[in-house]
Amino acid sequence: MEQNASTIALTINSSFKFTELVASVTDNITQIVGFGEEEAHWISLSVRESVINAIKHGNKLDSNKAVDVMFIISEESITISVRDYGEGFDPRHIPDPLDPTNLLNPSGRGIFYMRTFMDEVDFSSHPQGGTIVKMLKKRIISETTE
Amino acid sequence: MSLTINQRTTGDVSILDLSGKITIGAGSVQLREAIRKLIDSNNKNILLNVGDVSYVDSSGIGELVNSFTNTNKAGGILKLLNLTKKIQDLLAITKLLTVFETFTSEEEALKSFNK
Repeated sequence: MEQNASTIALTINSSFKFTELVASVTDNITQIVGFGEEEAHWISLSVRESVINAIKHGNKLDSNKAVDVMFIISEESITISVRDYGEGFDPRHIPDPLDPTNLLNPSGRGIFYMRTFMDEVDFSSHPQGGTIVKMLKKRIISETTE
Repeated sequence: MSLTINQRTTGDVSILDLSGKITIGAGSVQLREAIRKLIDSNNKNILLNVGDVSYVDSSGIGELVNSFTNTNKAGGILKLLNLTKKIQDLLAITKLLTVFETFTSEEEALKSFNK
């Protein structure tokens, strides 16, 4: 963990009504870190998408299963981990939403949006079961920052 | 805040003024129902005014696609009016701006249904 980093963790049951709560916490945290309005919006959307995936595809809407959300914040970046307790979820099997045959699919865009708006998105399996999505967004501190 | 839908009619075009959120927890189902009612009552020229939609997630985008597809299947047409910058971004990066006809002027949108 980076020096001076802070960790905030929350756990919700698998219910879509709690996505608003997680989004609100995300909005507060991005404000604390100092992200601009637009970046904050897309970070919040990415977190919302990952929580919805965890509830829907990971925990299969089982309200007894938890979703753990952890934020690690520093002056330079925010890292968000979202863990479900499902049977595993392979993002490689999701059809490409940009393929012309998939353009009119009503679903399948969430992970694409996460990958578009965040700097890094990684999926891994937890040793005790479930999937962890880890997303990183760097804060652009000045024009000259690489 | 969930989704508020106000319906009005100009000529043979049904305009739905949407206000609020279109997300998996709020709005998606309401929009689906509103479109279904219009199609069932044979109102198949539909203009969705999304200028006051404050938040859309991937489910909301999916519902816009559903609305478009269901209207097409019924022999109608659905167009979008007053895209916000964020909705435009979400549609653009998933190539959906190539699918939807979009307008910034209600007058122009209404005229387009008669072409």
